[in-house]
Amino acid sequence: MTALYQLIAAPFVDFEFMRRALVACAALAIGVGPLGVFLVLRRMSLMGDAIGHAVLPGVAVGYIVSGLSLWAMSLGGIVAGLTVALLSGATSRATGLKEDASLAGFYLASLALGVMLVSMRGSAVDLLHILFGSILAVDDDGLLFVVSVATVSTLVISVIYRPLVVECFDPVFARSVGAHGTWVHAIFLGLVVLNLVAAFQALGTLMAVGVMMLPALAARFWSEDVSHIVVIATAIALVSSFVGLLVSFHFELASGPAIVLVASAVYLISIVAGARSGLIARWLRRPHYHEPHEVHR
Amino acid sequence: MTDAENSVLTLQNVIVTYRRVPAVHHVTGSIKTGSLTAIAGPNGAGKSTLLKALMGLVPLSDGEIDRGGRSPRDFAYLPQQPEIDRSFPISVIQTVLLGAWPRSGIFGAVGSGEKQRAHNCIEKVGLTGYAETPIAHLSAGQWQRALFARLIMQDASIILLDEPFAAVDEATTTDLLGLIKAWHAETRTVVAVLHENALIAKDFPETLLLAREVVAWGPTSEVMTSENLERAQAMTRRWAREAHAHPRAPAAQVAR
Repeated sequence: MTALYQLIAAPFVDFEFMRRALVACAALAIGVGPLGVFLVLRRMSLMGDAIGHAVLPGVAVGYIVSGLSLWAMSLGGIVAGLTVALLSGATSRATGLKEDASLAGFYLASLALGVMLVSMRGSAVDLLHILFGSILAVDDDGLLFVVSVATVSTLVISVIYRPLVVECFDPVFARSVGAHGTWVHAIFLGLVVLNLVAAFQALGTLMAVGVMMLPALAARFWSEDVSHIVVIATAIALVSSFVGLLVSFHFELASGPAIVLVASAVYLISIVAGARSGLIARWLRRPHYHEPHEVHR
Repeated sequence: MTDAENSVLTLQNVIVTYRRVPAVHHVTGSIKTGSLTAIAGPNGAGKSTLLKALMGLVPLSDGEIDRGGRSPRDFAYLPQQPEIDRSFPISVIQTVLLGAWPRSGIFGAVGSGEKQRAHNCIEKVGLTGYAETPIAHLSAGQWQRALFARLIMQDASIILLDEPFAAVDEATTTDLLGLIKAWHAETRTVVAVLHENALIAKDFPETLLLAREVVAWGPTSEVMTSENLERAQAMTRRWAREAHAHPRAPAAQVAR
């Protein structure tokens, strides 16, 4: 009993930085869990990755203007992320270029600009901090920011949930009943940018993309109902954060990668053992289709 | 056709262009209230494009469509099958319930009355027992039945169908045709893009034969003559040749 307590509870009871990390990760998981599901359903799984890179020049400008100020860097990141998301969306609409292709163009330019800005003023260490963060050093402001964004994000998603689902599933139907998808899409991308920026101090934007996408991909193997998938993905993100923090504490490993690797493990397990479309489920179901009495019934 | 009183859709010199090439050219005419009209024509004749124009889904380059004060929102529209993502994790009943949207609004709750209606619609299209089935598990025919259930749910007075029988089995075609006839009997206006000339001749009183331009429009027996059909083929061929001679006009892609 004490061993179990030492294993899973003591780190959080004894150390404040672990409690802060847990709260930040939980908020992040609740914020990004549903977003990842919709990115997967929109076939935009790499969008998060691209946005994660695209925020860099804004963060760098914030850093150059006012040093390691959370608010300046976050504001810069939000502006840069939204600019890239909207520019690529507008370009694909105006020219017919696929949205992922135009996004690739803009985010690469944005990333290069960001690296150049950082190298003019800072060092490689700063750059690593921005992209990978350090969850074990989240301050009050950072914590408040992540929790606020998660709250706003959850509220907004619950309001736009139905148009968002219809816009993903059957955009022509959405248009034919007069629900224009453009604003739903724009609000949704805004939430993705906001969450990834909020994550940059805690997990770093790139690790946050892992918490966003891996649970969403894993959840797809467990259910065929979008509302269940959203809940399952968020639960996987929460569990991965909790387990990842413990792993990083007990084995003295970097916390961000530990969380993402736990989520990766869940993803791999889901591919093999997922109840709906995992490899084992497919293999078990196969002979069923050929049962002769099924046909004659 | 000149009787504007009886027309639910009136087209005046409608032109739709795609990459600066006309896909639908100078279409003028009208669809009467409560009529059952087929849009026929060779591949690449602009049939689906015209239907999308009626639905307000593609912009007109010129001309106008008078919908008699109605908005396309009041129409029910069945797109071609591949236009919807069949891998999406959603059940049959949820898909059918989307048809209640025009009544419930974007954010409004869907009451138990609507749910009961959705189950009735599912029964009508012969999918009893499939309400909770994820759409990814349906066959092409069952999926088309589910979409017809959604159309019934929408309860629209004008129904536009794009290739409703493409890729579905014979039994499904018979059942869906029965539903279309029932709509016609309820004096709803139905316009369907169709491939199957024999089926048009048998079951659709009115036909618009299209080859980018109107070849003929009126009672099916007068429109679907072998002479008109040959003319439509020749017009489409000639136009494809011209497009080929001017590579900036990609013939095969236009008017899909």
